[in-house]
Amino acid sequence: MFKRIFHLGWQNFTQDGGLVAATIFILVVTISVITSLFLFKDVSQFVLESLQDKADISVYFKEDASEDKILRVKDKIEDVPEVKSVNYVSKDKALAEFTLRHSEDPLLMEALEEVGMNPFLASLNIKAFEASQYVSLVDFLEGSSFSGLIEKVDYYERKPVIERIFSLTSGLYWLGIGFSLLLVVIAFLVAFNTIRLTIYSCREEVKIQRLVGASNWFIRGPFIVQGVLCGLFAGISSFFLFFLFSWLLGSKAEVLFSGLNLFVFFVSNIGWILLLQLVSGIGLGVVSSLIAVRRYLEV
Amino acid sequence: MVKFQNISKEYPPKTIALDNVSFEVRDKEFVSIAGRSGAGKTTLLKLLLAEESPTRGKVFFRDQDVHLIPRDKLPELRQRIGSVFQDYKLLPSKTAFENVAYVLEVIGASDEEILRDVAEVLDIVGLTDRADNYPAELSGGERQRVAIARALIHRPEVILADEPTGNLDPYHTLDIIRLLLNINELGTTVILATHGREIINRLGKRVITLENGKVIKDEEKGKFII
Repeated sequence: MFKRIFHLGWQNFTQDGGLVAATIFILVVTISVITSLFLFKDVSQFVLESLQDKADISVYFKEDASEDKILRVKDKIEDVPEVKSVNYVSKDKALAEFTLRHSEDPLLMEALEEVGMNPFLASLNIKAFEASQYVSLVDFLEGSSFSGLIEKVDYYERKPVIERIFSLTSGLYWLGIGFSLLLVVIAFLVAFNTIRLTIYSCREEVKIQRLVGASNWFIRGPFIVQGVLCGLFAGISSFFLFFLFSWLLGSKAEVLFSGLNLFVFFVSNIGWILLLQLVSGIGLGVVSSLIAVRRYLEV
Repeated sequence: MVKFQNISKEYPPKTIALDNVSFEVRDKEFVSIAGRSGAGKTTLLKLLLAEESPTRGKVFFRDQDVHLIPRDKLPELRQRIGSVFQDYKLLPSKTAFENVAYVLEVIGASDEEILRDVAEVLDIVGLTDRADNYPAELSGGERQRVAIARALIHRPEVILADEPTGNLDPYHTLDIIRLLLNINELGTTVILATHGREIINRLGKRVITLENGKVIKDEEKGKFII
């Protein structure tokens, strides 16, 4: 009986050329939206994290503060739970970074030569998990036993930038989630209604099949097979489409995505993406077929 | 075999399709249900197929109240009945052969049985050379013969023919009636709903006449009286 149902489903699939093509096209669009959201989730996470990574404060130490003492301070700061990371920049490293960054600016280089010594202070770059944690971190530094070693903390100069970065990234995060959910709902509704219309065109046939004694499963079966086939073809098409796009855009889009190569990301998640596309395609095909055919089985 | 017991069917708001109809059809009988359009003939057949439910009364098939059969068991009832409709009700995306074969597929017949029986029945209705044609490529008479072949193929206990000649010319009408008589002679009960005076007068079989949803006459070897 299963072989027969599969054969009838295959027959429907190959005979309804135009409708099947339209259904597959809509499913490809829906699967593409779902896949984009999957990629967007990880890519946006990466971009947001790299944006948040740009927010930090620097603690500059007095000229006479020895490296040993600074490193001990570093250890203490690292023990603070709000602290995500602490990076030590020595006087020499600060000079080297400055020279490297401005090597093509002769004016700055001349000025540096005239000073005749290393004018930079050793510092610790501190990153916190949340923007709000920087205030308590600064309070901690200013009230600590080693506050005498500190020349200055640049928090108050950077405060507006830090807060803007964090509010922007959190806003983007929630906007992304809301927009994604809306897109998924729209995509599902479009796919469901397309399949419903395809089955609507068969409602008379379903009625005849009921009247000549076909059981509900004998009628539903071929529609499910057709749904599976449409979903399968749509899933595979979407997979190749994404493969092609990520390959074409991969390196070009790196600037946009803070150095993330889309193609590398696609290849490293290839199994999950293929699974997501096949499951969403076949799932949509089968569930929509089941719901849509149900109302015509009342005869 | 088939029994309509005090059947009434009303459609909202005030249409009375059948009004307290009772009669019985015996095994191997050929019964014509006569009446004008709208007299309730099609409704009676729909009630027997459980396509519709009566407002009052009961319909029995082999002593089983068909409206007490659960929906998922209805296919079993319908597999024991062969139906022929005025508008043929053929599956447009299937060939003549596939339309007839579909009923055998539904009951789980083997591929060999399907090949053998469908060829045989198409031969009986004279459509062997049209087996691979789709309904849209057939004439009205040919479509109705495919519908009859489909109604016959699984050897049902009764065949319901609802105005099977309604869309046909006199030549094809005779053809179809002859076919139904042959089927009846082979032992299958036939219930024919028609408003064709010529057909009924020519048959010389039992006639139940309906008017405004009521049985006004039921006689063996009846004539068209309206």
